[in-house]
Amino acid sequence: MVIRHAVASVSACMTIAVPILAPACPDIPIPKPRRDCAAGLQVKIKRARMSETARELTKDEARALLEAVGRDRDMAAFEALFRHYGPRIKAYMARLARDGSVAEELMQETMIAVWNKAAQFEPGRGNVSTWIFTIARNLRIDAYRKTRRPDFDPNDPAFVPDDSPPADAAVEERQEAERLRNAMAVLPEEQLELLRLSFFNDCSHSSIAERLNLPLGTVKSRIRLAFAKLRTALEDGQ
Amino acid sequence: MTIRHHVSDELLLAYAAGTLEEGWRLAVATHLALCPDCRKRLSLMEDAGGQLLEEIVPEPAMATSFERLRQRVLEKSAPVRPASAAARPAAPARAAAPVLPEPLRSYVGGDVETLKWKSLGRGAYHIPIRTDDGTTMVRLLRIPAGKPVPEHGHGGRELTLVLSGSFHDGETLFARGDLEEADASVQHQPVATPGEDCICLAVTDAPLKFRSWLVRLVQPVLGI
Ligand SMILES: [Zn+2]
Repeated sequence: MVIRHAVASVSACMTIAVPILAPACPDIPIPKPRRDCAAGLQVKIKRARMSETARELTKDEARALLEAVGRDRDMAAFEALFRHYGPRIKAYMARLARDGSVAEELMQETMIAVWNKAAQFEPGRGNVSTWIFTIARNLRIDAYRKTRRPDFDPNDPAFVPDDSPPADAAVEERQEAERLRNAMAVLPEEQLELLRLSFFNDCSHSSIAERLNLPLGTVKSRIRLAFAKLRTALEDGQ
Repeated sequence: MTIRHHVSDELLLAYAAGTLEEGWRLAVATHLALCPDCRKRLSLMEDAGGQLLEEIVPEPAMATSFERLRQRVLEKSAPVRPASAAARPAAPARAAAPVLPEPLRSYVGGDVETLKWKSLGRGAYHIPIRTDDGTTMVRLLRIPAGKPVPEHGHGGRELTLVLSGSFHDGETLFARGDLEEADASVQHQPVATPGEDCICLAVTDAPLKFRSWLVRLVQPVLGI
């Protein structure tokens, strides 16, 4: 767990969480974040793009590129990863940053972390988009919140490991990624929209409910429905 | 150990998305340290986040972006570290395992035997835990065997994570690793199970008195 120097701060209250801003590092000026919980409604993400981007870089290709970066410090592989993920990370960062240069800077920081941590990526235990998403997400939390970011530690003696037998990791992982992708492609738009707002726009579920004019219970039940479907899709394939 | 009461989907999603405030996040992270099932559910959610990232409408990087990135990584490039695959150390003997898992242990500054408990009266003790989110109240509670948990809710959301011993809430038993999620609509009164003190982590919305000056402070930000 990384414990950063914590400055006493007041960050949020009531139904809308309002982070007070802390620059990730002193040379990056971070302006007030854009907190438009309805933005996801206007910014339409076309499902058709999915197949288009999949052709750009398959999951296996992404995995091979990341391994080459970790093992050989392969700059060409790093550039290929950058061409695919850089603009996506920038778009993710832009959901909170008003200023494009801040999104650009946070994207650069994320890609530097990808370069530095590439050797720690375990191909059998995750897929590249998930791994990069978690790096970008953690950077974004650290950039916009002054608080610590408590996390569990697999090396802690009190940590309870998973003692179910490990599946045939590589094959299993690939099939699961495929099944998840297919399951997400057929999620109802209203559920997908909630997931996008939750993941991208840093909105609490109560503020999403407010903006979409829905009861909080409806927001919660749509979230549950969405994940029930995704879990079922993964279990069915086993 | 069988955990029966887990993190709800909406709370876990907020954790996966990175939108959970520090106090709540501490309780969820500590449950995750004890619960492989919820870690599996978290992985699925993070996979969904990764998939949404694949599908997001890309925002073009600046023309000079990669060149700048190339120079930055070459300048301060860390030496290649050996792959950490299978580097996870064997689980140490269970007997030596601390009662408080990380990240909680670091937050309170040690495991249970080193703690300086403060009396709440009637045999109950607590240790306030400092967080910086300004919206939650976090503390470790020690409830004497057979006694009710002292009044600590105030109508908002409330998370209680059992670390040692157990408590009943009505007919329902909560033991080590179990997380009780309650909100204003739930009438509840946890009572420690006879025979052993119950140690639990309790997170609630910060008290109104404290929040009132927060409201004044953030009003200009919210424009209300
Ligand atoms: Zn659980």
